[in-house]
Amino acid sequence: MSIDWNRQNFSGEDPEQHPAVVALRAKHGAGLIGVGISRGEVWAVVSPENAIEILTFLRDDPGLSFDYLSDVTAVHWPDRDGAEFDVVYQLYSIGKKVRFRVKVPLSQDQETGTVTGIWPTAEWLEREVFDMFGIRFSGHPDQRRILNPEGFDGHPLRKEFPLKGRVSW
Amino acid sequence: MSTIGKNKPTRVYRSKKPQEGNILLTSASAVINHAQRSSIMPLTFGLACCAIEMIATAGPRFDLSRFGWEAYRASPRQSDLMIVAGTVTNKMAPVVKKLYDQMAEPKWVLAMGSCATCGGVFQTYSVVPGVANLIPVDVYVPGCPPRPEALIHGIMTLQMKIDQKVNFSASLTTVEPGFRGPTRKEPL
Repeated sequence: MSIDWNRQNFSGEDPEQHPAVVALRAKHGAGLIGVGISRGEVWAVVSPENAIEILTFLRDDPGLSFDYLSDVTAVHWPDRDGAEFDVVYQLYSIGKKVRFRVKVPLSQDQETGTVTGIWPTAEWLEREVFDMFGIRFSGHPDQRRILNPEGFDGHPLRKEFPLKGRVSW
Repeated sequence: MSTIGKNKPTRVYRSKKPQEGNILLTSASAVINHAQRSSIMPLTFGLACCAIEMIATAGPRFDLSRFGWEAYRASPRQSDLMIVAGTVTNKMAPVVKKLYDQMAEPKWVLAMGSCATCGGVFQTYSVVPGVANLIPVDVYVPGCPPRPEALIHGIMTLQMKIDQKVNFSASLTTVEPGFRGPTRKEPL
């Protein structure tokens, strides 16, 4: 018996044909900024105002049912004016065996809503994003650092953070 | 007696009469050192991949129990050797320090691998550059990770260090915390 792990990826070339993108275009076209594909991995860029609404839809829609949030992370783009951060949600549908990625662009001090109400596992994942990037999630039940000690200065995965830290090694 | 505190080797006096034999003359210091060096109880804790090698050392292939050190204790109150096996992060540093403080004297520390020795490849904001910044280290074992043979050699080196410990001394009335005895004169 062989397992076709590639089934999780999208076999087509056009991201518009991905079932999640089709559903988002039909129901939430206003909040959808753009879509993209790389190596069979499809993502959607979503405005922060509509992010919670769209992520709830992706979980609850019976045709998609992204019931598993495998990761929340972020990317720092210091040169991108007005949208310095991308918060990235990696979704997986256990029943459909489909993966999907949602990116939410944020500016330097902008907050986004927490998704702990949608996937409870997001509590620690969002704490890690806050610890490493300094992105705050409004409505988070316990917004503390998780990996670095309390009282740590700065957010290490920001590009302006010095490579070897602020203390002499 | 003049031999007290000088760790004279144990001498065996043999009598020609069989019933008067089996007499050992030695110093109390040597007996105490012999007991401590032969029943080293390490603390059960590992921080990173070096712990896997430490577990392999305790397993049947390398069989640490041949030497009498296999009794890993799950409580710092019962252990007298702390094997720092792995990367000490800034977040973990207060825990390591607290474990060391909870161990009863006499106690020894063995820094296993590059990370515990000097931070290893992790010259970053989150890693302590060597566990010697937190607690006094007796033996360093190099390697990334060290082979089980290297760890065994490290503990044997620690045994030689324990052998040199002076337990009773006329000149030393108060023992400072962290006192480890004299250092060995000749190279190991």
